Amino acid sequence: MLKTTPLNALHRAAGARMVDFGGWDMPVNYGSQIEEHHAVRRDAGLFDVSHMQVLEVEGTGARAFLQAALANDVTKLKVPGKALYSCMLTEAGGVVDDLICYFFREDWFRLVVNAGTAAKDIAWLDRLRERSIARVTVRPRRDLSIVAIQGPRARERFWQAYPALRAATEALGPFSAALMGEWMVARTGYTGEDGFEVILPATEVNAMWQALVAAGARPAGLGARDTLRLEAGMNLYGQDMDENVSPLDAGLAWTVDLKSPRAFTGRGALESNGQSREFMGLLLLDAGGVLRAHQKVRTPNGEGEITSGTFSPTLGKSIALARLPKGTAVGDTVHVVVRDKQLAARVVKAPFVRQGKILVT
Amino acid sequence: MKLPKDLRYTESHEWVRRESDGTVSIGITDHAQEQLGDVVFVEAPQPGRKVAKGESVGVVESVKAASDIYAPLAGEIVAANADLSSAPEKVNEDAFAAWMFRIKPANAADLDQLLDAAAYEKVASE
Repeated sequence: MLKTTPLNALHRAAGARMVDFGGWDMPVNYGSQIEEHHAVRRDAGLFDVSHMQVLEVEGTGARAFLQAALANDVTKLKVPGKALYSCMLTEAGGVVDDLICYFFREDWFRLVVNAGTAAKDIAWLDRLRERSIARVTVRPRRDLSIVAIQGPRARERFWQAYPALRAATEALGPFSAALMGEWMVARTGYTGEDGFEVILPATEVNAMWQALVAAGARPAGLGARDTLRLEAGMNLYGQDMDENVSPLDAGLAWTVDLKSPRAFTGRGALESNGQSREFMGLLLLDAGGVLRAHQKVRTPNGEGEITSGTFSPTLGKSIALARLPKGTAVGDTVHVVVRDKQLAARVVKAPFVRQGKILVT
Repeated sequence: MKLPKDLRYTESHEWVRRESDGTVSIGITDHAQEQLGDVVFVEAPQPGRKVAKGESVGVVESVKAASDIYAPLAGEIVAANADLSSAPEKVNEDAFAAWMFRIKPANAADLDQLLDAAAYEKVASE
């Protein structure tokens, strides 16, 4: 039996094609995935991401607990509402999950974790909690939903639907959130565009969805979400990294804070293993197919593998994220094995697209 | 679901149309394009190639996935639709107009062995 979000009936009524996404019955598209993608790049798209799990980390020592649990340093979160992207690592330095951590009070941080890993994350945090001197609880919120409105006109359309929230959210900088009663509005996302992610009581999400559609935001499915995040050079857990992959080999070194002497789970392994692979973008030069996960990449330095690949609607070309042998550099030409052919691709620096602009050639 | 009565179909979601010159045109069904989503790449077989029934002869790729196209009957490839390499979205716009390749059947009667619209409808609704 698939799990459903409170918006399930609205998705179905809108003609969504529903798929089993990690045990959740989710909309992959409502028609053309490419048009949904363009709507986000050019105007505003609306995503139901209520399958993701909100975890409240509460109690005395919440900050110290997260300083030890996360690879990025929550010490950076000084102002209430500030958010941080981080990995949570195993002792061996593999990625348990990637998440966003919001700071509200010294005794209250909020994590948003992936749907497919939520149960594992909770169990993992419980283990860390038992070992910690901090007196914290990790409380999964089953009563909340999450909607993302993304695109150059996303905020404007949000305020059109909710004019009363404009004052409290207009000044929000990137990776900052405002709390208004049970609602949290954050200037975050997974598309490379401006916009908000809104966490609100599940009982109110249908009304919000309808209000945002009425304000001109176009419903977009998980299909567009994937092409948008790939163009934006953002990793997907389970594809670009997992428990067997170091964040240093997944292009996530920028999220691992090794500057402070802080001890965190996985630090020792990262420091002794270092980086063993390059994680870079690929732009397909030849015609002949679409880059996909698990395709082999032949380079002068040895073989690599695509971790995520797709057709980029913005570029009109196929793009990918790939784990490549060390020594591979931006500008190199490599060959990807697609069925019975070897197609030339250029190594590029991700992101491919940000804020509607193409960044690679 | 669009399902022209005058075409033949396969269980692998190709449609097959008899042309006046004795060749048959092959494409993928409306049901198949809907399942695939936005088509971004079509690779049809080279004319001149001899193919067996059920042989994988081409590929359709959407944003989501790659899917093989199979020869519905034995024969020789006599034409490929070059329009689809530059405009693969035509498959989504009208799947039954977007023929991918033509075969000169080794045995013209093989066409009658394929599914009719009613039988394909059952396959597609499973």
